[in-house]
Amino acid sequence: MDDLQQFLAAYQTTIGFVGLNAMLALSVWLTLYTGQLTLGNAAFAGIAAYSSALLTMKAGFPFPLALASGALLAALVSVPLGATVFRLRGVYLAIATLAFGEVVRVAILAIPLTGRGQGLVGIPPKTEVWHIFASLAVVAIACERLRRSNLGRAAAAIREDEIAAASHGIPVRRFKLAAFVLGALIAGWAGGLAAHFDFAIQPDEFGFARAVQILVFAVVGGIPNVLGPILGALLFTALPAVLQPLQEYRDIFQGAILVLVIVFLPRGLATLLELRRTIRLRRVGAQDVA
Amino acid sequence: MADQIYNAIFIGSIYALFALGFTLVFSVLDILNLAHPALFTLGAFTALFAMQQGMPAAAAVIVAFVVCGIAGVLLDRIAFAPLRRRNAPPLSAMISSIGVSLIVIRLIQLKYGPDLQAYPAGTLPAAVFPIGGLLVDTLRSVIIGLAVVLMLALTYLVRRTQLGRELRALAENPRAARILGIDVERAIAATFFLSAGLGGVAGVLYGFATNSPFSQMGLAFELKAFAVMIVGGMGSIPGAVLGAYLLSFGEIASLAFLPSELRDAFAFGLLFVVLLVRPTGILGQRAVDRV
Repeated sequence: MDDLQQFLAAYQTTIGFVGLNAMLALSVWLTLYTGQLTLGNAAFAGIAAYSSALLTMKAGFPFPLALASGALLAALVSVPLGATVFRLRGVYLAIATLAFGEVVRVAILAIPLTGRGQGLVGIPPKTEVWHIFASLAVVAIACERLRRSNLGRAAAAIREDEIAAASHGIPVRRFKLAAFVLGALIAGWAGGLAAHFDFAIQPDEFGFARAVQILVFAVVGGIPNVLGPILGALLFTALPAVLQPLQEYRDIFQGAILVLVIVFLPRGLATLLELRRTIRLRRVGAQDVA
Repeated sequence: MADQIYNAIFIGSIYALFALGFTLVFSVLDILNLAHPALFTLGAFTALFAMQQGMPAAAAVIVAFVVCGIAGVLLDRIAFAPLRRRNAPPLSAMISSIGVSLIVIRLIQLKYGPDLQAYPAGTLPAAVFPIGGLLVDTLRSVIIGLAVVLMLALTYLVRRTQLGRELRALAENPRAARILGIDVERAIAATFFLSAGLGGVAGVLYGFATNSPFSQMGLAFELKAFAVMIVGGMGSIPGAVLGAYLLSFGEIASLAFLPSELRDAFAFGLLFVVLLVRPTGILGQRAVDRV
């Protein structure tokens, strides 16, 4: 028992970030599951992180209310954004959401209230590790239930063949938008928790590199079920801590894992035990990522 | 004023060289090669290494072109060829290129560290001469000239040579190209060699101009290159050149009415507007004749 407590104390930050990253990975999983590649979730987390932190610091909001406000703001921003960008597909959609993310980052840099490049410091550390994991559990269970519902099957149909799905009466645009907004809400909640977990936030934490990292968690972990993104976040967040002695070679391991998984396990690490199914799906030409 | 126009031409030329390699791979294979910025950085550091061994700057540019070209071909063999064989979606290729990019950047950092470096003193021309009221430095002028020559050479190669015809056929329809007897794997290798070589040369030239290569120098160009390609039209070579200069002049002009920390917002704002108003870009012709 003592050992466990010592372990938790020593790795508290890493453990917290595993949960936060898993939530972010699930937020992008929602759109990936419908076959859409978006890179805006880091920016949504950023919007919520800054707004909720400013609410607790400057406006004296209670912590839960600030978190909820931040997440809602991110979701609100995502509605008009989604309504416009979902006219695009594939790389065009990815680049459009990425551009949005960069505009958010530059906007944060330009607003004096956010502390600009120095970041926002002195945020009250109100997030406990159990807050993070309770939120993650709720998000993961909700996502898994959605996936197994009629809605989830419709989303999978959109991913495999958009035109066929539309001709079966599935409102494709509305599904994509709903996945996007729900993803923004989750990313926003995670962003608010992250801001109050780490004492300080900086604009670069929510930039392009972060957006790509979140995508990597989800894709390497695997899209077929909700365990994939959680596993991906665990691997890529815990690995750097475990590899501390090999710090210099860390990126090389991560890069190699990325390439190996994509090449040999296209449906992600979570499907390691389903290799035969993966091979069969490949043979019938199903989309690789799911 | 003249000074700023000169500056816009210079940075536009670098944007164009960078984006050309990016767009070449996209037009032929429909993938976004996110390792392109790493190759850009690799170019700058290959030249640094060569010049530290006593090579003159001009030879170092050629060495960087060849080394990066070979690295591009290897990148394809490792990260893209296995995915191509099983018809993986473009997302997979993007992710595996991120993996390679992480490795390349870290290898550079292991040798040179994360900080700014400098080319050996006295190896780069430092002369400055006045034309009219404008102070023009030799180095930047040579760089602009070289960039323009490379753009013309690439256009000639794609438009007028047998290899160019093969690449255009491949871009149009890989299956038909194979049936017509084109050695598809060889054509793809050539694409990666040219793309990575151009990206590497762009890195050297930018490294020379700033004389401070560092391991993350490619990142800003990656984001700008997205804007360049979208504005000009994804996969269009003249589009990339046009988009590059439009962006560089727009950025300089935007400084007149935007505070300087918002300079980057211009590129992304422009990109966003073009995507929504005309996703095919200025010169893009959607799936028809994209090289």
